Amino acid sequence: MVNRYENVLIETVTRLLIPAMQLFGLYVIAHGHGSPGGGFQGGCILAASFILMVISYDIKELKSRMSENLNTILCAIGVFIYGGTGLLCVILGGNFLDYSVLHKILPVDPIKARYMGMLMVEIGVGIAVMSVMISIFLNIASRGEHEGALN
Amino acid sequence: MRIIAIFAVVITGFLLIYATLDMPNWGDPNSPASRHVSPRYIEGTMPETATPNMVTSVLADYRGYDTLGETTVIFTAGIVCLMLLRRVTNGQ
Amino acid sequence: MIWQLDILILILVVICAIASITVKDLLSSALLLGAYSFLMCLLWTEMGAVDVAFTEAAVGAGISTAFFIGAIYYTTRRTKD
Repeated sequence: MVNRYENVLIETVTRLLIPAMQLFGLYVIAHGHGSPGGGFQGGCILAASFILMVISYDIKELKSRMSENLNTILCAIGVFIYGGTGLLCVILGGNFLDYSVLHKILPVDPIKARYMGMLMVEIGVGIAVMSVMISIFLNIASRGEHEGALN
Repeated sequence: MRIIAIFAVVITGFLLIYATLDMPNWGDPNSPASRHVSPRYIEGTMPETATPNMVTSVLADYRGYDTLGETTVIFTAGIVCLMLLRRVTNGQ
Repeated sequence: MIWQLDILILILVVICAIASITVKDLLSSALLLGAYSFLMCLLWTEMGAVDVAFTEAAVGAGISTAFFIGAIYYTTRRTKD
């Protein structure tokens, strides 16, 4: 981040804005039970922070923080967390995606275990949506070459 | 051609507006959507799942299969976009 | 539900929708579509569907506008028709 970028205003505002956006995205995912929000919206906000980084700096700046391999693996990990939570319920003796049996491994009662199961599922959706949105944006905006500055 | 297109759009719009006259009023407690499963979810959300936000409990718990399908759709879209558009140059 | 606010937002939605398909500049068209999504978000909020409004604001007004701008960057800015 040395003086390759000429626009000081955009650089400074972006550097201040990205941590706030990511914190808000994590809040939306984690607090989706008590207020509007959830995995999809929080994942979109997290992806928007990375897209802002690509637009105002360049793709290399994003790749130094999140490589393409990590991004593609995170796509699959998000769906895996969702399906794995459902499969864990089957292993513990319940139906598929019946979170109340999770109280056997979590230190909560069966009603609160459904809350915890929903939280795990939302985290999975958030990770999947975030990395898929970043991947689609990079592929569309750089013609699939993943280099260049986009300005 | 333009006249025919405008005519078709106006007729379709008129039919849609005419169809909305049969819909129940906004927030009507006696509409079919509010009488079938909605009371069950509204009454059962807090005692059964301890979740204050009803939308999240319906989306992730009662209708978990739908959200699993939705996540799979998004995942498939991302993978297909990667497969169609990504070009790896010789240097990498 | 305030019906004056409702009418105002609905008129603005129709104006944004018509403007986004008639304007010649593709970048302006994408931004008008973002404004349309945001007005729809206001309409959902005003009707009490806050989760739908949040999704509309995050996906419709945020991410899809960014996708459109990223795609317009590799094509011509002006449309032919």
